[in-house]
Amino acid sequence: MSPGRWAGRGNAAALLLVAALVWLAVYPLLFVGSEALRADIADFAAQRSEWSALWASLWISAASVALAAAVGVPLAFVFERYDFPGRRLLGSLVALPAVMPPLVGVIAFLFLYGESGFVARTVRAVLGGEASPWRLQGPAAILLVHGYSMYVYFYLFTRAGLAKLDASMLEAAASLGAGGWASVRRVTLPLLKPALVGAALLTFMTALASFSAPYVFGGGFRVMTTQIVATKLNGDLPMAMLETSALTVVALAGFALIRRTEGSRLVVSVGKGTPPALRVIADPVARRLAALAGWLLAVVLLLPHATLILVSLVPAGTWTTEAIPPRLSLTNYGALFSEAERLRPLLNSLWMAVVATLAALALAVAAGHLVVRRRVALRPAIEALLMLPWAVPGTVLAIALATLFSARSPWTLRWVLVGTLAILPVAYLIRSLPLTGRALLAGYRQLDPALEEAAQTLGAGRWKRMRRVTLPLLKPALAAGGALAFVTALGDFVTSILLYTYETRPISIEILSSLRLGDVGVAAACGGGRVLVSAVALGVGARAGR
Amino acid sequence: MSGEGRDVTAEAARGYLRIERLSKSYAGRRAVDALSLDVPRGEILALLGPSGSGKTTTLRLLAGFEPPDAGRVLVEGEDVTALAPAARRFGMVFQHYALFPHLDVGENVAFGLAVKGAAAARRVADVLAMVDLAGFERRRVSELSGGQQQRVALARSLAPEPRVLLLDEPLSNLDPALRERTRRELRDAIRRVGITTVFVTHEQEEAFDLGDRVAVIDAGRLEQVGTPDELYDRPASAFVATFVGRANDLPGRLLGGPEGSRAIVRPEAMRFAGVENGGLEGVVTARRFVGGHAYFTVRGAGGEDFEVFAPHRAVGVGERVRVAVERVLYWVEGGAG
Repeated sequence: MSPGRWAGRGNAAALLLVAALVWLAVYPLLFVGSEALRADIADFAAQRSEWSALWASLWISAASVALAAAVGVPLAFVFERYDFPGRRLLGSLVALPAVMPPLVGVIAFLFLYGESGFVARTVRAVLGGEASPWRLQGPAAILLVHGYSMYVYFYLFTRAGLAKLDASMLEAAASLGAGGWASVRRVTLPLLKPALVGAALLTFMTALASFSAPYVFGGGFRVMTTQIVATKLNGDLPMAMLETSALTVVALAGFALIRRTEGSRLVVSVGKGTPPALRVIADPVARRLAALAGWLLAVVLLLPHATLILVSLVPAGTWTTEAIPPRLSLTNYGALFSEAERLRPLLNSLWMAVVATLAALALAVAAGHLVVRRRVALRPAIEALLMLPWAVPGTVLAIALATLFSARSPWTLRWVLVGTLAILPVAYLIRSLPLTGRALLAGYRQLDPALEEAAQTLGAGRWKRMRRVTLPLLKPALAAGGALAFVTALGDFVTSILLYTYETRPISIEILSSLRLGDVGVAAACGGGRVLVSAVALGVGARAGR
Repeated sequence: MSGEGRDVTAEAARGYLRIERLSKSYAGRRAVDALSLDVPRGEILALLGPSGSGKTTTLRLLAGFEPPDAGRVLVEGEDVTALAPAARRFGMVFQHYALFPHLDVGENVAFGLAVKGAAAARRVADVLAMVDLAGFERRRVSELSGGQQQRVALARSLAPEPRVLLLDEPLSNLDPALRERTRRELRDAIRRVGITTVFVTHEQEEAFDLGDRVAVIDAGRLEQVGTPDELYDRPASAFVATFVGRANDLPGRLLGGPEGSRAIVRPEAMRFAGVENGGLEGVVTARRFVGGHAYFTVRGAGGEDFEVFAPHRAVGVGERVRVAVERVLYWVEGGAG
């Protein structure tokens, strides 16, 4: 084979990285799978509740896809094809639900559309009556939240697909006699298929793993993720592992499907082409109507955020039956920052997210170097391992980590991490790997290898090259991947609820317990604070990315 | 032309840069095959060959980006084969220049300097002045034209005073109108520094104009190395004879050679002769005008086409002609032809 220590050292490093990734991302799952075999599978199969939870997970996910598509695709067409006042600003506002961490979004919905939320209060104030006009519970409530937060996938994918579409193809279709609708059906939609399939699978996987919405709104209605947590809390560990394995199998099947369709994403785009020109709505009345509809939409989309801020400003016990809170102040924020015990969860979340993000970035840089630059033989394995945690629902990962790291047995690579400071950062790290991994692999691929070679011929050693050439040039990828990883870790609820200890309780757990204690304002202040930190992190990431 | 006015010391005769039986294979295919070359101090050597001939691989082996399967590279008698690129003190100008986009011109040029501060600034200013870019230190790389980027890349590679300069297709990225001028500037700059240089090109004109000597490479093997005149007048192989300049490949028996041999003849070594003088018979099928002269395509009696370089009004298209061959450049012996 090729002589030289170079190839040899690269392969040794690759082996080490693969081993670390297998240990983090695969081993816990396999361990849970083997433990699950001890459970009574016949018992599992005989339980009606198990089958109904699995079925509920599947149909809720499918319905979420349909709902998200019904909202996201038409929106994308409107914003990508028509011009009207405020189009640019609205176009970016529409993507806003993506910034809402899962639990915070759910709570904002509760404040807004819940039995004692703004909308219910307003309706009661207008129509009179004592009882709430509706209950925000069950599958309909879950779907509402899913639709609100997940249409963004369809919206962004479709817009990107439409922007890449070549105007000359539509012109060709028109010259061949295809009218407006025919060209949409026979040209536009087939060309958009990869984008739509991608968005559908992404939505399906996200809905399948969704925990906050079913947890808060589910009531007696159980999906697999909430079923697992309930079983675990009941102490039936083997059964919880069996359920975890069942959900994993479904999720991995979806993941495999996605990886297969990704290969066929290279569709058409022959020649460079320019996207079709925006159609300006000429009729002044229609223009006004379009703008009005657009702004109404923006208000609806922004309402949950606004609600969160408003509720966080309501001092405890001052708001009872009025439609609008009578008094607003910053007391809740004061409480958050003046009481050490209340500030603690925020600080916990911050340091754990920072540590996890830095570790995930370091692993991603190593992976990018080995996969793209060294082109090691193990590169398909590294790429697949980096993406795998994305397919694993947070509940599954948490159960797996809780099982694996609950005993000390160095020979089987098990240590006691449960109940220590380390377990949550490790969980966050694993969940961040796909985000940092994807960003840095893409970053490395855009990096001209000649730049590093040029540094070599100028006498720069390994560290100088890393410090002065590679890392500065990777800054956009580091910023983008790091910001996403940080925001995800900060917003995590699913794994936290199964793995936290009182000392390391993160902010989402504090939000939940404040809510249970009736400290609605403090919960909202926590949520608001977190949305703010997330938005700043993403903004910094986007700015550095330029 | 070679060694003209140059002091040929013993060291130079041995080669300041020596390449000894260098080999490299990729997936079983020999990219570089036992290639040996000696480059005297201060010489500019061109590696010329068709694409895929292994010339760029050779350059990368010299720079140390990849380890050779076999063979050695020596500079001033020191074996550098096992040295990392960073330790070789070879400067390199890349095909797309590889300027660091996050650094300005001055920072790019200073990148390889061991000194810091005022000394570095002085050196940067000197090198930039040498490539005619004095005062460009604080410019952004993206603001420069292609020619300017190329000169910054040259300045950056020369700043640390390397022992050998390597250039990978240095002019291929420039538009044709700019190439000739840039080529002249590049040659002048290298001459002023007097550095031993190896550059890769697939363009003959570039190789002949810029190189003191030219090494012709095909399929990873060195076919011939020599001055442009030597390559043109006395090719050492059929490949060099046909690759360098224009040439006709004729069946040898037409010119009195043995059956199965082939004769390679330059178009200017042929002339139209009177009908009674013998030579090759044929019909003129086309004329390509190049000024006072023209290339006439003639279809011979046996169906073979060849080109004759002659005054542009010598014969007309469609005319029956006889062509005399003045000199055969290269005989390819025997074989199935």
